[in-house]
Amino acid sequence: MAAIAFQLNGQDVELTGISPTTTLLNWLRYDKGLTGTKEGCAEGDCGACTIALRDQSGDWLPVCACIQLIGMVHGREIRTVEALSAEGSLHPVQSAMADGHGTQCGFCTPGFVMSLWVAQQNDALTGREQVCDALSGNLCRCTGYGPIIDAALGLDPTGSNSEAPDAVVSAPAQPLHYRSEAQQFWSPTTTDGLADIIAENPEATILSGATDIGLWVTKHAFNPDKIIYTGRVAYLRRIERRDGNLLIGAGATYREAAEALGELHPGLSPLIRRIGGAQVRAAGTIGGNIANGSPIGDMPPALIAAGGVLHLRHGARRRTLPLEEYFLGYGQQDRAPGEFIEAVEIPLQSTPSSLRCYKIAKRHDQDITAVLGCFSVDVADDAVTSARIAYGGMAATPKRAAAAEAALTGATWNRDSIGKAMAALADDFTPMSDHRASAQYRSRIARNLLLKYFHDRSGIAPDLPSEPLAMS
Amino acid sequence: MSEVAGSALPHDSAQKHVAGTAVYADDMPEPRDLTHIYIAMSEQPRARLTRVDLSAVRTARDVLWVGCADDIPGVNDTGPVVRDEPMFTASETSGGQVHYAGQALFAVAASSLAAARAAAELADVDYAVEDPVLTIEQAMQAESFLQPPYRMARGDVDAGLANAARRLSGRIEIGGQEQFYLEGQVAVAFPGEDDEVRVISSNQHPSECQLIVAHVLGIPAHAVTVEVRRLGGGFGGKETQGNLMAACAALAAKATGRPAKVRLDRDQDMILTGKRHEFRIDYDVGFDPDGRILAIRFEQMARCGWSLDLSSAICDRAMFHADNCYFLPAAEIISHRCRTNTVSNTAFRGFGGPQGMVGIERVIDHIAHDLGLDPLAVRTVNYYEAPDGTGERAATPYHMTVEDCVIDEITTDLVASSDYARRRAAIEAWNSDSPVVRRGIALTPVKFGISFTTTHLNQAGALVHIYQDGSIQLNHGGVEMGQGLQTKIAQIAAAELNVDLDRVRITATRTDKVPNTSATAASSGADLNGMAVREACVELKARLTRFLCETENVTEADITFLPNRIRFGAREISFDDLAKAAYLGRVPLSATGFYATPKIHWNRDSARGRPFFYFAYGAAVTEVCVDTLTGESRMTRADILHDVGRSLNPAVDLGQIEGGFIQGAGWLMIEELWWDDHGRLKTHAPSTYKIPTAWDRPEVMNIGLWEKGMNRELTIRRSKAVGEPPLMLAISAHQAISHALASMGSAYPALDCPATPEEVLRAIDRTGQ
Repeated sequence: MAAIAFQLNGQDVELTGISPTTTLLNWLRYDKGLTGTKEGCAEGDCGACTIALRDQSGDWLPVCACIQLIGMVHGREIRTVEALSAEGSLHPVQSAMADGHGTQCGFCTPGFVMSLWVAQQNDALTGREQVCDALSGNLCRCTGYGPIIDAALGLDPTGSNSEAPDAVVSAPAQPLHYRSEAQQFWSPTTTDGLADIIAENPEATILSGATDIGLWVTKHAFNPDKIIYTGRVAYLRRIERRDGNLLIGAGATYREAAEALGELHPGLSPLIRRIGGAQVRAAGTIGGNIANGSPIGDMPPALIAAGGVLHLRHGARRRTLPLEEYFLGYGQQDRAPGEFIEAVEIPLQSTPSSLRCYKIAKRHDQDITAVLGCFSVDVADDAVTSARIAYGGMAATPKRAAAAEAALTGATWNRDSIGKAMAALADDFTPMSDHRASAQYRSRIARNLLLKYFHDRSGIAPDLPSEPLAMS
Repeated sequence: MSEVAGSALPHDSAQKHVAGTAVYADDMPEPRDLTHIYIAMSEQPRARLTRVDLSAVRTARDVLWVGCADDIPGVNDTGPVVRDEPMFTASETSGGQVHYAGQALFAVAASSLAAARAAAELADVDYAVEDPVLTIEQAMQAESFLQPPYRMARGDVDAGLANAARRLSGRIEIGGQEQFYLEGQVAVAFPGEDDEVRVISSNQHPSECQLIVAHVLGIPAHAVTVEVRRLGGGFGGKETQGNLMAACAALAAKATGRPAKVRLDRDQDMILTGKRHEFRIDYDVGFDPDGRILAIRFEQMARCGWSLDLSSAICDRAMFHADNCYFLPAAEIISHRCRTNTVSNTAFRGFGGPQGMVGIERVIDHIAHDLGLDPLAVRTVNYYEAPDGTGERAATPYHMTVEDCVIDEITTDLVASSDYARRRAAIEAWNSDSPVVRRGIALTPVKFGISFTTTHLNQAGALVHIYQDGSIQLNHGGVEMGQGLQTKIAQIAAAELNVDLDRVRITATRTDKVPNTSATAASSGADLNGMAVREACVELKARLTRFLCETENVTEADITFLPNRIRFGAREISFDDLAKAAYLGRVPLSATGFYATPKIHWNRDSARGRPFFYFAYGAAVTEVCVDTLTGESRMTRADILHDVGRSLNPAVDLGQIEGGFIQGAGWLMIEELWWDDHGRLKTHAPSTYKIPTAWDRPEVMNIGLWEKGMNRELTIRRSKAVGEPPLMLAISAHQAISHALASMGSAYPALDCPATPEEVLRAIDRTGQ
């Protein structure tokens, strides 16, 4: 019988008879008694449960164990805080945190330790900004963060792990079909295999990073009979250039996409940096963000503004459609049962890129968008030749601003035309009020973001400075 | 004395924190027969329960026990001060009244949490929905109050206002705040012999928890033991709010004969338990052309929620801090305690003080804007007089004389170290031609009253044992929740006995070791418990001294406690050997210590007295930048000088200051509680409720302990309490945003709290831009 097989802190583990939707955190804490990993929220938003996970990429990743389902761990290597000081002495990350007064109540601490350990393995503790990125998904309510940041900056920034991945990770990937009582969990390794299983089981839940589905499990007791996990299909994770376009596999994580897009599409990577925290970016996927159809997902408006085309597949049949047409209405997408997203393709922009994305939320890091404005306006001889403008948080779906685009197209690229386009947004959107923002604020921000884009293109930096005013 | 007290030692559990081996309530190995409890909550904010049928819940799979209002052997109440909080509101015989969305209806114990949660869904409950009172506005209109209005006053306010050269009035809305301790509420109960029960609770107030468990079970307090080793954060949110969970676990444990655990998930925790009070403050102030306040009237309105909980003392403390550092020659403060159909608000670091302080700081900022002055000039002209002054400008609105006001000196030092004046001028120049981003800077002071204003709570006990090998175990009533209390206490004990710190072990706080303790709250942990521990150590030293005098033929004057050894006459004995000898000499090596804060008294009827032993002071300068298109803001630099007296542990104190400041900045800038029109909290998890992250910390932070600090009162080693006061230093961040926005137009921005991007844009509109 198939088992969920992985490595935990250097020990091989094979599990049978366990529900594949058991969270890794619950298994660690209540089955294994490894209580160093804490639960703070059970939704991937506080980082107290951060563990290190190594997948076929060979890199260590920070992962929230609370929304990682145990079936997803098959073929992975896991390290928890207990392993860092297994030989009796603290790891330098741990010593730095303890000696540098980086702990007060201590409850969030193991999560911070693991985030920093992973960042160090990836040579990513090179400066304050990088440290804050590494800690973007870890909440501390006691320290105010200063001692933690200082502890991190005092570490060797390049602690590259020379250790080769364990055999469980480096072995050629074999598909898994796991059963426990009435539940089935598939973890295929090829896109053809994936396509067949999805086509044969159209009612199954398709699972990628579990940064959303994990919450259905923890918050709404969701416990489906059939789950198909895409995370081990290497082909789905590719990011490649193709005929002047960029093809992003649906299974590419935010983290992988941000890395690849940094050079190829500089308008997109700053936005990806603001999606979730480091743990969510290491798990969540571009395809998942599109597939679930949320009106406040960050990738769809950005990819729509970038001219994205969606690649869908059903068994052996493939089709494409402009990304904006995928979103039919609230909770409704143009995806047939048995069909799945294989990739999204966007044209590579000429340099300098005209695409800019501005995300407004109550908090800079790890917050869900109130309004996202994505703009790509091409100008030749002071006249707008084309305008692609898309917003998130303004309607039941990610949506283009047709009236604003029309107002701009052909017009002279100046403040007056921007003003007209800002006014035209009233015809494009009737947003709603909720806990993230009022309708009035959303409308106002939508207008102001267009003006921000104009300023940005005119050389006024869009981001708030991090430094105090320089004194002469 | 050893230098151990006053040194910057790391937290005593730091090594365990980082290794993941520090044990919290949910980390103890679970007994095999543990039952898991799910608490079912109301969906409606205000309703009569017309039908409650739990029969399907009882017969559901794996269910071991169901408890509702009918199943409580003692009293169905977990109210800490008055009995107005039914623990379970649902009764199968009489229905019940629902007071807020999220109120506990009943509980289910099953062999797994999933089974308990699934079973709870099977309850048949009908609601006859009534119109809820949700907001301060609605409560004021409906005159829905938990208590009559309370008033503190001094001087002739009407005459002062009428005669003042200038007069202003205004209003500020101040949002609430979720404590967001990282460790949620947990309680595990173990049934014992007869009526005994032992409860492990994540709780700041074990003694009160013990009494409430006893009360609910209908048994004497001696049958209940409550134990707390450490909390994963408390911040006031576990002062009274853990009692329901503890009582629930104890009830299930006694009913099933098995250990029982309640562990709330984050959403339940945030919906079910209380938060910082939301306030609305109206003000009417008269002042002279220099900004000197002549008379002021405040009306403070607090959203207390459905029950009293600690709201009386919290609202009182808001009034006690309506003056902050400022002498108010004529002042009237009226407080309305609004009863609403929302969660019962409770303690949170500062305990009402922050809201009162935000009120007066707004007034100062408003006056400065009106007069075109730097708010700092208005602040300093209004400060209470320094110690040993004439006494003419030292009386508070509650008729206490401020004898220790060092804020002027702190301000002077901070203005210099932060280069305030030059930076403010540079910012104003920069703003005049910055198209989108504006900057702001503000200095605000803090004066925070130290003592429980409920006078009898200012007492503490300790129990110290010296074992015959010379090792020392100590216990006291304080709870460790990250504030470094145990570290400081161990330092105090080691210093008193002049032994190495590692000889001293602090054990879990337990109601059977030290009884009748007060909550670890009001910043009092080290002040009260440190003194009690010191008393016990002094007693033990006296016994050892007497023993040496009697056996070695020396006098007290011949005896000196040196590090880990004692000199008597020309000879020395190690501490270990002395302990052994004293044991053999039949000397009792266990002592209790007790402390009651002197000098304090308070007459609530006349609103006069000396509620505070002393005041803690500090000041902060914060610089921010604001995007005037989006309303986003960011702190770029903060400079803090804070008075902790003579620090017991500078590292711990600096940690409290920085942590408090960032927590306060979260409250005033980012964190927003949002209820829908049906009274349902929609920001009930970190996905929707945003506390600061590392990115939100200003890149430049210069935090200093004020070097001249020295408590004028005889506190433990002349230190000052530090838990709460620094939170209010963050008012400077809010006022810095106000400064930035004031550059947008001519009218006053009247920025409310929190200064979310949305509120910032509204404030820009108010400037007339």
